[in-house]
Amino acid sequence: MSKEILSGNEAIARGAFEAGVKVAVAYPGTPSTEILENTAHYPSIDSSWAPNEKVALEVGIGSCFGGARSLVTMKHVGVNVAADPLFTLSYTGVRGGLVLVVADDPELHSSQDEQDSRHYARAAKVPMFEPADSQEALEYTRLAFEASEQFDTPMFLRTTTRISHSKSIVETGEPVTGLPEPSLERNPPKLVMLPGNARKRHVFVEQRLKDMAEWSCSQSFNRIEERSAEVGVITAGVAYQYAREVLPDASVLKLGLVYPLPVQLVKDFASRFKTLYVVEELEQFLEDQIRALGIEVIGKDRLPICGELTPGRVREALFAEKLQPAYQTTIDLPNRPPNMCPGCPHRGVFYALNRLKAFVTGDIGCYTLGFMPPLSAMDTCVCMGASVGNASGLNKVLTGPDKQKVVGVIGDSTFLHTGINGLMDMVYNGSTATLIILDNRITAMTGRQENPASGFTLAGDPSARVDLEQLCRSVGIRSVRKVNPWNLEETRQVIKEEMEREEPSVVITEAPCILIKRDVGQRKPPLVIDPDKCTGCKACLKIGCPAIEWQPDAGERGKAYVNQLLCVGCGICDQLCKFDAYSEVTND
Amino acid sequence: MTKVTNILLAGVGGQGTLLASEVLSEVLMLAGYDVKKNEIHGMSQRGGSVSSHVRFGEQVYSPIIPEGETDILFGFELLETYRNLPLLKKGGAVITNNLKLMPPSVATGQERYPEGLEELICQQVEKSLVVDGLALAMEAGNPRTANIALLGALSTKIDVALELWEQALRKMVPEKFLEENLRAFELGRQAA
Repeated sequence: MSKEILSGNEAIARGAFEAGVKVAVAYPGTPSTEILENTAHYPSIDSSWAPNEKVALEVGIGSCFGGARSLVTMKHVGVNVAADPLFTLSYTGVRGGLVLVVADDPELHSSQDEQDSRHYARAAKVPMFEPADSQEALEYTRLAFEASEQFDTPMFLRTTTRISHSKSIVETGEPVTGLPEPSLERNPPKLVMLPGNARKRHVFVEQRLKDMAEWSCSQSFNRIEERSAEVGVITAGVAYQYAREVLPDASVLKLGLVYPLPVQLVKDFASRFKTLYVVEELEQFLEDQIRALGIEVIGKDRLPICGELTPGRVREALFAEKLQPAYQTTIDLPNRPPNMCPGCPHRGVFYALNRLKAFVTGDIGCYTLGFMPPLSAMDTCVCMGASVGNASGLNKVLTGPDKQKVVGVIGDSTFLHTGINGLMDMVYNGSTATLIILDNRITAMTGRQENPASGFTLAGDPSARVDLEQLCRSVGIRSVRKVNPWNLEETRQVIKEEMEREEPSVVITEAPCILIKRDVGQRKPPLVIDPDKCTGCKACLKIGCPAIEWQPDAGERGKAYVNQLLCVGCGICDQLCKFDAYSEVTND
Repeated sequence: MTKVTNILLAGVGGQGTLLASEVLSEVLMLAGYDVKKNEIHGMSQRGGSVSSHVRFGEQVYSPIIPEGETDILFGFELLETYRNLPLLKKGGAVITNNLKLMPPSVATGQERYPEGLEELICQQVEKSLVVDGLALAMEAGNPRTANIALLGALSTKIDVALELWEQALRKMVPEKFLEENLRAFELGRQAA
């Protein structure tokens, strides 16, 4: 055993290693991504990125059916994509243990919604563990694999952003030994979910939940901390930590397994207290079930449903104590939102779309930042892959010039995730919309993970690369054009021609993400602005590059200046300058 | 309950606050404290405001600092330091870099960078220390060591043996940048 300081995600990866996991699969998604990046460090685990969460779970199910312990990880919205296999997996149960880690994102730090995945546990009848720190993240991962095999069920392990990305001290253990080797084993009544078989499995599933609810009452992961005889708290996950800060003297029933509820344990605990709080983040998931037992609690009548909890928010909600800061800011402060990186190949594409006054159906990725001023060229963003179908739907109902303005924009990774299906629909149903695939060869937003169009695996090994142009042609798109997004005029012209085309078309912008380490060669020396040539026209500011800074007090009406530490020499700004003020740094 | 000390790191994505908070947490663990650290990844990394919470003591519960309980506000950029002032505890301390990085609205000429932030901070907070991180880093031989120079300044306010800081830096800084980072750390200590 050794002591380390680990994030929740690192601890889950360590727990998977100690549990003897053989296969780990995921599609990247904040805040879950680092789990697979860390399982990849253990040679005993086959770790890989799948094109989407549904495929990831199906691969995990396959290896679990082969008898191997399998880990599948995703962010909360990924479970929506994987929900189809998930609900049936609940019926088949497992052979090797299967744990699905779902990372929720209360406060939407990096997500498009704030859904509470605990509802999936109930809907799919899949039991769910929820750790409150990194030590529990490791232990519950191990426990979840054991429970999975003991009860013949997939298991959820749910985290939230503050668990996934918080570091705390962890004592690691030794890996288990003596697990059976994977092998083929035919078992159609359990694995072939046709109606006749599935009806029987449903009966099994209902009994399984009852058995687990009873079992869970006597397990140490559901623990009672005795303190006050008057005030009790039922809580789980990171909310437990906030409850300890705000109600330090209260007795606590801390749930490790949040579904199914240990009914008898809850009833016995609740009966002892005059005042009983349920402290949970997002939905009133525990509270509704506890109230259904006829137990009165204080919970979401005071605590917020929207946003994450914090110690201050819990204190304010429960005791109506508004905190007065000791220090105040006394002037208006400019915000500092995220921005596309200097040298990002998406920047020129969104500048062109802005100029063309396109109505852009957007998608999920770094390029969603094309929404921000001054580029301001994204009009919708729904979910992974939605840009394509959204463009087709608009195309159906619009006429004349409006119809031509609709352009879908999607990244390479998102296109392969769930965009390709929409493209088939475009061809099949005769849409005339245009789709731009921003091919930067990586899943950039989550921190540059490989995908089937990268040419590399999670381990960094070279692999087959999907040819996006051939793929689009093969589904029936006749006009597929590639452009270099560093060339502003070419990019604008090609997009304009394809918008006007009376048939479905695809434009692929080809340029690797500026942050890909193996492609750092694309970085060029920074540019400089000749202050004598800069007239202060602000044309170059319209691309919103973080490396270009406006100096309002220079010259008569201000001048632009290039931050030498940030500029990577992409030259988009140079193409916008009518006064030839930009040039490469020279050594003389 | 035993006392927990709260340090809030505030800066801009890309400034090296992450490495600084990693080294800090490692040192505190080596010193025998319970430690929790939290920061947000993903969307907020792309040049946006970033903050990192480090808490230590006998036992730490919440991974985020309760509002208004920050003991030390450790800022890597002036505007970000000032922005986080309402989270500081009464009588708390500020250690801040004097660097100014333009937010997008300033860089595109829509707004101006607020003036006099250094003075505003020092007027309000008695225990405030302003450090020229970039100058120290240049003196150490690499402008990218500013984060570690600032950490050196912070280290004088935390009761942990100097050897543990060096031990953590040796473990966490890549070997080829180690010497300049150790120099930057020492210069930061002297500046405090």
